[in-house]
Amino acid sequence: MNDKQIVDRLTSSFAGAGVDGALHGRLAALAEKQGLLDVSYRTVDSPLGLLLLAATGEGLVRVAFLCEDHDAVLARLASDISPRILRAPRRLDGAAHQLDEYFAGKRRVFNVPLDLRLAHGFRRSVLEHLRRIPYGVTQSYAAVARAAGSPSAIRAAASACSHNPIPLVVPCHRVVRSDGTTGEYLGGPEAKRALLALEAAA
Amino acid sequence: MTVSALMTRARDAALPPFEEIVAEHGPVVMRVCRALLGPADAADAWAETFLSALEAYPKLRPESSIRAWLVTIAHRKAVDQLRGTARRPQPAGDLPEISAADAASAGESSMDDDLRAALDALPAKQRGAVIYRYLADLSYAEVGELLESSATAARRSAADGIANLRKHFSKGVKR
Repeated sequence: MNDKQIVDRLTSSFAGAGVDGALHGRLAALAEKQGLLDVSYRTVDSPLGLLLLAATGEGLVRVAFLCEDHDAVLARLASDISPRILRAPRRLDGAAHQLDEYFAGKRRVFNVPLDLRLAHGFRRSVLEHLRRIPYGVTQSYAAVARAAGSPSAIRAAASACSHNPIPLVVPCHRVVRSDGTTGEYLGGPEAKRALLALEAAA
Repeated sequence: MTVSALMTRARDAALPPFEEIVAEHGPVVMRVCRALLGPADAADAWAETFLSALEAYPKLRPESSIRAWLVTIAHRKAVDQLRGTARRPQPAGDLPEISAADAASAGESSMDDDLRAALDALPAKQRGAVIYRYLADLSYAEVGELLESSATAARRSAADGIANLRKHFSKGVKR
């Protein structure tokens, strides 16, 4: 046996050493226990495509549609919040389950803690107001601007809605143009129309 | 904002989500943990390695070699773990040897038992150099740093280790 054969035998002998889901789960659980898991995430299937859910210790911080590019969203979370990010479903199981129920027409109100740290100033006031728009009800951007304390800031209110970091759970899809057309949506206008139809039918 | 604060921001922005580090380097760290400790203790060492790495991660300089950084942590975890179970204290930087019986009792069916035994029988420096050079694919400079010696010494240790493994197999020695 020559040196190369020895090295080949060595590398092939240890090549099969894999990292399974259970071991990854153990790392995530240890990280959570020691307060090192700043952001955990999971994905969930939905009629609008695969959704990314991310949470801090305080609550749900981001919901992202597939068209936003989940990898890019996670990279942004790493720079905006913390790079201590792991795929760890446990913290998000409740939100995932409630989204399933919502899409099945069996849930009207989300009951999960939220972390609004990605929205600042006026945008945050808009999100606080959006949370109070009931299921199946729509409101104009002008009404939202008024409710958030700046009646003339209609475009800023529209921008706050279209940059909502927690769509679906913070229901920016319930805000429509005064002329009745649906307006912008992070998940695309089709997704917004589908959500409005879902809520109108229930 | 000061220049150093700006640099800190640029540095922070360059770090990818830690999950990417686990996905990319998890398998190589597992190979190293198995080679250092045997299959029974490898999972614990792997989890401990990534937990320590996660803690220190936000302060990591982006130009660092992430693989070398992780393997260094795994090396320290292995030294700690083996020291904890060893009767005699070991000199710093050396990898305590583990017995072939320990490795065999862990019941890793796919593992090449004969190779495992031969690797464990190597002197600590040679075993470390072989593992870090050939299983972790570190440079000799990185291996030297890890074993608290030089790149030249690391290259010699790795060559001696491979030569000893070759001798072992050409003699047809079986345990």
